[in-house]
Amino acid sequence: MKEQQDIEQKLWEYIDGISTTEEKSSIEKLLESNLDWKNKYNELLQVNQLLKSSELEQPSLRFTKNVMDSIAKYHIAPATKEYINNRIIWGIGIFFLTMIIGFIVYGFGQVNWSSGKSGTNSLGLDTSKIDISQFFSNAYVNVFMMINIVIGLALLDRVLANKRKQFKAKKSY
Amino acid sequence: MYLNVVISISMHTGANDSEVIKQVLGGDNQAFATLVNRYQGYVFTLVLRMVKSREDAEEVAQDVFVKAYRSLKDFRGESKFSTWLYTIANTSSITFLRKKKLEVHSLDNESTFELADSVDSGFRANLVEQKSKQQMVNKAIAMLSPEDAEVITLFYKNEQSLQEIAKILGQEANTVKVRLHRARTRLKEKMETYFMAEVKDIY
Repeated sequence: MKEQQDIEQKLWEYIDGISTTEEKSSIEKLLESNLDWKNKYNELLQVNQLLKSSELEQPSLRFTKNVMDSIAKYHIAPATKEYINNRIIWGIGIFFLTMIIGFIVYGFGQVNWSSGKSGTNSLGLDTSKIDISQFFSNAYVNVFMMINIVIGLALLDRVLANKRKQFKAKKSY
Repeated sequence: MYLNVVISISMHTGANDSEVIKQVLGGDNQAFATLVNRYQGYVFTLVLRMVKSREDAEEVAQDVFVKAYRSLKDFRGESKFSTWLYTIANTSSITFLRKKKLEVHSLDNESTFELADSVDSGFRANLVEQKSKQQMVNKAIAMLSPEDAEVITLFYKNEQSLQEIAKILGQEANTVKVRLHRARTRLKEKMETYFMAEVKDIY
């Protein structure tokens, strides 16, 4: 049964003209030599022909008039991109940007700078003395960072999924 | 006025879709009739094969064109107009079926078989007289689930490629290929089961 399905699938691809060149030639050989394949092929070809020849159904004669009557009541809506206000999007962006900057400023404000006097590096700062625990110990900051990371990962996943989709589409056709 | 409409319609018949769309967007509402005339058969057939009843299909198909008119500015010309139109037809039909609480997802559901049985008795006698193969195919498609009927109709009647169907259904082209294959297999089974005598006649 499974074998039968495989044969049918291959033959449909052949009929639709989407099988690869190698498949095509191997199927053509099989069609010449194998009676089972030949019979199946003719059977599917009949179904294909029937499906192609089936006629379109027509709606009632008033159809166009009905549509034209109902659209007379409406106006064409503006395109979606026209009524999405760019300023609102910028506003949201600026809001988040200020929030992030605010958190950074707040974080630096919490650092005990004076305790780092003794160590020296090119910046004149002893990095080992900066109290990072204060910066990250705040529960709100932790939650905020966590959400950011999750959002970041979700975005990355989407980008990668998109790439995969494009790659697949290219590969299959 | 009437003469004007006739002239404008006859003027439009030769124009391709994007030209007509430009005219409609430019304020010539009547030009939309050209698109309705051009695609009503396709949209109606697609919707009918999904919702299964002529009255419902008429209503849904009209709704498809009204929606297309209202959101015409959102058609960016990245795909064929027909592909865009059938996307609207797809969502409208699915929404309608959901509202009607028809089982869209089950593929060999009972209602299909009930329909098949009721179609079968009267139809067999009819067929013997008419011997219409086309009618047989149409009846067999009517017995398929909306999903199967849709993919077959899009591929064979609405002249959409596998990629375009993928766009319409919001699925990957490979998934569509498998769906089409399964739909055709089930259609063949239906034809063999219910119209055995006629199928033999054809082969």
